[in-house]
Amino acid sequence: MKPPPFAYHDPRTLDEAIALLAGLPNARPLAGGQSMMPMLNMRFAQPDHLVDLNRITGLETVEVEPDGTLAIGAMARQRDLERHPAVARGCPMMVEALGQVGHRQTRNRGTIGGSLCHLDPAAELPLVAAASDAVVVAAGPKGRREATFADFARGFMTPGLDPDEVLVAVRLPALPAGAGCCFLEFARRHGDFAIVAVAVTLVPDAAGRIALARIALGGVGPVPLRLPEAEAALRGAAPGAEAFGQAAATTRHLDPLEDALVPAWYRRHLAGVLLGRALATAAGRMGRA
Amino acid sequence: MSGRTAFRDVPRLEDLPLLTGRGRFVDDIRPPGTLHAAFLRSPFAHARIISADAAAARAAPGIRAVWFAADIAPHLTGTRLKVALPSPAFRQTLDRPVLAEDEVVHVGEAVAIIIAEDRYLAEDALALVEVEYDPLPVVADCVAALEPGAPVAHAGGPHNLVGEFTLGYGDPDAAFAAAPVVVRERLAQHRGGGHSIECRGVLAIPDAVEDRLTVWSSTQTPHTARRMLCDLLGLPEDRIRVATPDVGGGFGPKLVFYPEEVVVALAARLLCVPVKWIEDRREHFIATTQERDQVWDVEMALDGEGRILGVRGEMVHDHGAWTARGLNVAYGAVSAMPLAYVVPAYRIRSRSAVTNKVPVTPVRGAGQPQGVFAMERLLDRAAARLGLDRAEIRRRNLVPADRMPYATPLKTRGGVPVVLDSGDYPRCMAEALRRADWEGFAARQQAARAEGRHLGIGLANYVEGTGRGPFEHVSIRVEPSGRIFVATGAVAMGQGTRTMMAQIVAEQLGGDMTNVEVSAGDTATSPLGLGGFNSRQAVMAGTSGHVAALRVRERVLQIAATLLEAAEADLEIEGREVRVKGTGLGTTLAEVARAAAGLPGFALPGGRAGIAAAEEVVIDAMSYANGSCVAEVEVDPATGHVALLKITFVHDCGRALHPRIVDGQVLGGITHGIGNALFEWMGFDDQAQPVTTTLAEYLLVTATEMPAQIEIGHLETPTPLNPLGIKGVGESGVIPVAAAIASAVEDALSPFGARITRVPIAPHHLVAAVLGLDA
Amino acid sequence: MSDDRSLSREVTCTVNGVKRAATVSVRRTLADFLRHDLGLTGTHLGCEHGVCGACTVLVDGRAVRGCLMLAVQAEDRAVTTVEGLAPDAASLHPLQAAFARHHALQCGFCTPGMLTTLVEFLAEVPEPTPTQVREAISGNLCRCTGYEPIVTATLEAAAAMRGQAA
Repeated sequence: MKPPPFAYHDPRTLDEAIALLAGLPNARPLAGGQSMMPMLNMRFAQPDHLVDLNRITGLETVEVEPDGTLAIGAMARQRDLERHPAVARGCPMMVEALGQVGHRQTRNRGTIGGSLCHLDPAAELPLVAAASDAVVVAAGPKGRREATFADFARGFMTPGLDPDEVLVAVRLPALPAGAGCCFLEFARRHGDFAIVAVAVTLVPDAAGRIALARIALGGVGPVPLRLPEAEAALRGAAPGAEAFGQAAATTRHLDPLEDALVPAWYRRHLAGVLLGRALATAAGRMGRA
Repeated sequence: MSGRTAFRDVPRLEDLPLLTGRGRFVDDIRPPGTLHAAFLRSPFAHARIISADAAAARAAPGIRAVWFAADIAPHLTGTRLKVALPSPAFRQTLDRPVLAEDEVVHVGEAVAIIIAEDRYLAEDALALVEVEYDPLPVVADCVAALEPGAPVAHAGGPHNLVGEFTLGYGDPDAAFAAAPVVVRERLAQHRGGGHSIECRGVLAIPDAVEDRLTVWSSTQTPHTARRMLCDLLGLPEDRIRVATPDVGGGFGPKLVFYPEEVVVALAARLLCVPVKWIEDRREHFIATTQERDQVWDVEMALDGEGRILGVRGEMVHDHGAWTARGLNVAYGAVSAMPLAYVVPAYRIRSRSAVTNKVPVTPVRGAGQPQGVFAMERLLDRAAARLGLDRAEIRRRNLVPADRMPYATPLKTRGGVPVVLDSGDYPRCMAEALRRADWEGFAARQQAARAEGRHLGIGLANYVEGTGRGPFEHVSIRVEPSGRIFVATGAVAMGQGTRTMMAQIVAEQLGGDMTNVEVSAGDTATSPLGLGGFNSRQAVMAGTSGHVAALRVRERVLQIAATLLEAAEADLEIEGREVRVKGTGLGTTLAEVARAAAGLPGFALPGGRAGIAAAEEVVIDAMSYANGSCVAEVEVDPATGHVALLKITFVHDCGRALHPRIVDGQVLGGITHGIGNALFEWMGFDDQAQPVTTTLAEYLLVTATEMPAQIEIGHLETPTPLNPLGIKGVGESGVIPVAAAIASAVEDALSPFGARITRVPIAPHHLVAAVLGLDA
Repeated sequence: MSDDRSLSREVTCTVNGVKRAATVSVRRTLADFLRHDLGLTGTHLGCEHGVCGACTVLVDGRAVRGCLMLAVQAEDRAVTTVEGLAPDAASLHPLQAAFARHHALQCGFCTPGMLTTLVEFLAEVPEPTPTQVREAISGNLCRCTGYEPIVTATLEAAAAMRGQAA
């Protein structure tokens, strides 16, 4: 299983990379390679040009902005994020998720940007981005632009990026005080893609009720799914089995993907089970506003 | 009881090179000028080949040749691989072609070979070959294949029944007619692959000077390969050498002789350069044999005390598209089913169906896991019906120790009577139950249920036919340097064959394993051989090696006695020396060997030349190993997740030549059994298209899925069938595990009335059972 | 080989402490580069889609899948393969020695990838629990051993390495 022929380019700057992507026909960027290389080896992808982003410096930083926004460079390695103190503080759900993303060898090379752009419906990082109200930053010939993750995730493995654009950063708003988060997935083996994954953030009010809930599901739709119905059901509710049961029950309306290995009804069922469990865990991690 | 080197944990000869990256697997052998092959494979499960055009491929960069069946046929004596083990049960001959001719019958069947400067270029050219296929109706299910009106897997073929036999004895129908209790099940196990971490591979190196061909093949059967290559290439035996390099796992599928081996060998001869083909993982999914698809409709008749009166039923076995070995998996499954128990009357009719899927040949266990699964599920069902503890019903039916050797009315597929040679099955089960704390489980389960947790425990026994005969070749000589050279037709694939041979030989000849050089699986050093499969090599090669070593020892002492003018009884072989006990007098193995090599005009010691012995000790009867497995699980009824809490495995393979290697074989087998129980599902759709073609879809067990606790215990009842008292162990671990886990999962979900009748168990099957869905 | 640097390049990197170079097609994987262009056949290919882990090598100290990197990406990097783990020709790395003692290898095909993975792991976690070891090798498939001997060997090697470091 050898890659097909392509021309290889390793620009040193972002501008060079953008120029190459803009100017070359059938050109694809190469980030961590943990999704792209298998596709090349299996000849599912056959680009004429591969633009390697790994020699560009400055795209891998992790910064906390004055307002608490966590700004993560697209080329930040998953393994570095997993162990980064700022990520642990600013997005504990990401750390929880990363422990289940593939294996250490794939996380050593895999990048957050690569995962977001690959947009596998069962991948963990896109789900975290969706659940965190993340904003992505893209750069192209016309300069930089920002988009909500919801807008970015156009469809099945289809990010909202022009062929001459590169994802450069993802920005996660600061977690409100006392927020409790939980990332939970069900997979057959450790490190496998999730069959269903759930990412939950519960924000408390001063009285300890749920002021705000952010709930996203992975593995049940072509892109990570926010559950506005469930979120609404939890707003103002006292944390507890009754509220969580109601929220989980909204998953009954889901129409998940079906494939040869996993039936759709099971994904729907799992979504409800995992959501209930994740809500209970997140509530337990909730502090006070 | 251990010897100096045998029956103890000695360091493995194989380890140092493998640990330091100096192994020599087939793809590590790189003679200059080697060309690389890739195979064009059928994308259809069944189709006629209308036309093929390779002009663009032939013109592509670095391409040396593109050949179809018609291109290579003139250079072969025949175009079919005649590999089938004979059986009167065959109803059709399905010898597969070297390359597909005008029809393809499974996805992955080789249609053409491309030979190029490197594999990258060869794969580029694959995309340029234009083949026009006309799809034909597909046979995707072995049961449907045998229904009237089913499409035929081979166009123009009579039907899809390739083999049919009934194995049985006694009068089961009378037993059933009178039985107070009858339980019945329809059971299924599912296809899985061998998936050695090293895929297949073959390198053929021509020698123009002597018109010879050396073939390095990652195979379990080099002598079979040599014979097949000689037959098909029309060459005498001495012109082809098949040698095994380091083999990165075999597990059964590498015992088959494959079309790629012929084509690559022929390519090397025709192009006069070394040609290498290394299978990639995707090819392994579609071109390397698989096994386990069987559907059993079986019933058991018992008396009111739970004693078996009879077992009868039907089994349908998925044979795949070609006969790549024989009917042996079906036969092995049906003959394994009753073995652990006293079964007065037995009859299973087995039918093997041709399907448009990858051909089926043994994968570790070779049908025995399926037979055991059927028996153990019926016993569980009977226990439930009678309100008996599942261990108790087995206790009442296991072949007791005082009946050994126990002659069953069955025969092996070669016609050899099945006589259980030795073993204490009840004691083995008792030991497993004790270590698993079977008695205490009810309380554990109760306590867990109070916490809303679902624990379950399951049990399965097995008896395994090991040491498939009739022989394995071993030759030993002492060289003029004093080095002991051992050659065997046995093949190494990770189980430590060279260490095993060195242990056995060194035991008799000085105890210094570093002085023993072992050549395994090489037709140049062993004139005859059968190879590795059926848990046979420790028994067969071990026995031949032991007997040969004794003869060489005798000869060494005889010559040394002459040289030292001492009595043989006063001599001992220590390291590389032969000494007179209790004195400083001695000679060396080197001197002994030189004396035996003779000097012109001088009398030979003992009147014979050389120190060598070759043996092919014939043992037709199989030796029967046995074991008991207890699995304790926790099932999450909401997700269907099965956590393995503990696997207890007590087994008896007679004397253990190398206890740690034995443990390793058992643990490896258990791991594979866990795969069969919970993970390994080689899926095909209704057009017989494979749906699991990567290791991300086909799930092998990783370290994190292993049980929290594993306990392996050993009993040793030596077999009387060979002088070492050993039985085979390579496949034991896998045989009872799926049955034990199925039993445990069913037990865990008993509040929901779940019944496990098929493996692998997927989480959604369990949730469906819990929710009462018809999944 | 083409002169066009977008199609083929000379790749120079340090492998097991030695500067190595070879001219390769840009699509050559790192694993194939090591095995065929540099003759270091200790690194094995089991799947070529990043799942089995047999091809794991260290690049700048990080365990990576050799089948999922291009050779050209190793330019100026330090690569460590199984051939570079032993301190010298006469001795073994504590992991290698422990593997032999505990029968943590049978066919040996997955072993190089196991060793490189564990070298990185033990550098990060010098005193691991069995569960942590299992997680560390969850991306390395073994069909032979059942993993437990590998875990045992790793725990022993870790202790030995802590003792040496003390």
